[in-house]
Amino acid sequence: MKVMTDAKKKKRWPQIRRRLYRNRYLYLLIAVPIVYFIIFKYLPMYGVVIAFENFKIRRGIFGSEWVGFSHFKEYLFDPAFWKLVRNTLLLSFWQILIAFPLPVIFALLVNELPNRRFAGLVQNVSFLPHFISVVVVVSMLTMFCSRDGIINDLIAFLGGTRTSFLIESKYFRFLYVASEVWQNTGWSAIIYIAALSNVNMELYEAAKIDGAGRFRQILNISLPCILPTIVTMLILNTGQMMNVSFDKVLLMQNAATYEVSDIISTYVYRRGLEGAQYSYAAAIDLFSSVINLTMLCITNAVSKKLGQDGLW
Amino acid sequence: MTGNKVHKGNDSLIFNGINTLLMCAVIFVVIYPIYYMVIVSVSSADAVMAGRVRFFPSGFHLDVYKQFLTDGYFLKTYKNTAIITLLGTSINIVMTIICAYPLSRRDFYGRGIITAFITFTMFFSGGMIPNYLLINQLKLLNTYWAVVLPGAVNVFNMIIMRTSFQGLPEELTESAYIDGANDLQLLYKVVLPLSKPIIATMVLFYAVAHWNGYVHAMFYFTDKNLYPVQLYLRSLVLSGMTESATLNMEMAAGVGGIAQRSIQYGMIIVSALPILVIYPFISRYFEKGVMVGALKG
Repeated sequence: MKVMTDAKKKKRWPQIRRRLYRNRYLYLLIAVPIVYFIIFKYLPMYGVVIAFENFKIRRGIFGSEWVGFSHFKEYLFDPAFWKLVRNTLLLSFWQILIAFPLPVIFALLVNELPNRRFAGLVQNVSFLPHFISVVVVVSMLTMFCSRDGIINDLIAFLGGTRTSFLIESKYFRFLYVASEVWQNTGWSAIIYIAALSNVNMELYEAAKIDGAGRFRQILNISLPCILPTIVTMLILNTGQMMNVSFDKVLLMQNAATYEVSDIISTYVYRRGLEGAQYSYAAAIDLFSSVINLTMLCITNAVSKKLGQDGLW
Repeated sequence: MTGNKVHKGNDSLIFNGINTLLMCAVIFVVIYPIYYMVIVSVSSADAVMAGRVRFFPSGFHLDVYKQFLTDGYFLKTYKNTAIITLLGTSINIVMTIICAYPLSRRDFYGRGIITAFITFTMFFSGGMIPNYLLINQLKLLNTYWAVVLPGAVNVFNMIIMRTSFQGLPEELTESAYIDGANDLQLLYKVVLPLSKPIIATMVLFYAVAHWNGYVHAMFYFTDKNLYPVQLYLRSLVLSGMTESATLNMEMAAGVGGIAQRSIQYGMIIVSALPILVIYPFISRYFEKGVMVGALKG
């Protein structure tokens, strides 16, 4: 800390004032987004106090009865609690286990393609599903997996029996992850492909002179070179484990699969917006937001400890 | 940017062969489902029911699409989506620019604290219920504003744009000042003309997000006349019932030689149509990795 003398302070203030005046239009510009963030982001943050109340729309935030932590206690003893946490975490776990390594492998393979134009084509095509809406993707999934859909046609053709995949809970996680793979593998690979393009070519030349084959080159040069990126992405993904895509699960689930498909956010939606139990739902949401933020801080700290880039 | 290494030798030949085949399989897996939906939607009911449509359409007709054009409710949802996309993207772009520009200036006093104030909202939010209550309080339920205002600035996109602005040479600012320009003129006459590529990218990202979105509309619209096309698709395919009486009846009766599946696949295609049509023209820009450069910045 620097201790400023009075004289220095006096000298500094006009300087700051001059800068404030010179940049007056910049303040004018940023005032609009700041007002936006206050209204649409910070007011709802204040609104979480309803989690500690028995909120009634008519009585408003200030008029509703204060109940402290009772909603949180109720949630912790709610029979749904463990089921929701387990479903949320398991979905994330399978997602990370399957959908995380694939973009890395895809990037390594694209990088090895001898023909540049073909590599570009493969990349461009693989990005496409990322831009398609989740409603479209789930609709495709529903149609393809229905009893008379193309997947069952194939199964029947191969001599198997037709199954209604979407109303059987044992297939839910697989279908979720599989569609995620279809939609995002190409797009997630961008960052690795970019990292690979920065690898020094001389490393490959040297390895070739030493007699290393293609697999050796991938394992001993390409992979280690993008390892920092992989670690950073893995840490970020782990920090987001409680955040499962609400939009997609909501579309995919139905009463028959709630046992495995109900996650925290869909439960919040059903209880809060469909059931109008605002306070209880807000309490559940706040509970997971706090856990999320904590996990993010931890993973960020871990990331920095390992010498990787953190988020902040 | 990739595959620019020359490999020689026998193992390379086998490796390249297998790799190329694998990548062809990837292309097939991405394209075939979309292609399949198109051919089913233009094939005759008999052929679809008999499972004869696999790689080529059979009994070609465009009745499905003609039917959409006469379906008043479908056209309404399509119009709603177009309005939301246009209005939303315009707000997004203006807001993102006026937020990113001051923060990109190194001489902007207080930019650290303002940046922290804004980025904090990426990591913590009030959540679904307080957001809903806010929209309710502001009397925005059942208006387009409810869908376009809450996400007016995407902080991630804003940071990408700020990083891009920072990449412009600082001498530009200095020389403009010497010429007597103020910050507004500087932004309008110097910064924006030089930032066309990043602005185009942002337009794309925001527009796609608006076109594809359904969650806000589901939360904040009870009036089905405001529904976007994604919610219409949802009711048509995922809940098996529609708001459109005519389409419902025709689906039940199977009138006009159209299989129900053809209608549903046709609807999926139509919902994604702008993206499928525009994508081939813009995709080559992604290779350059606008995003990645910003991510590192």
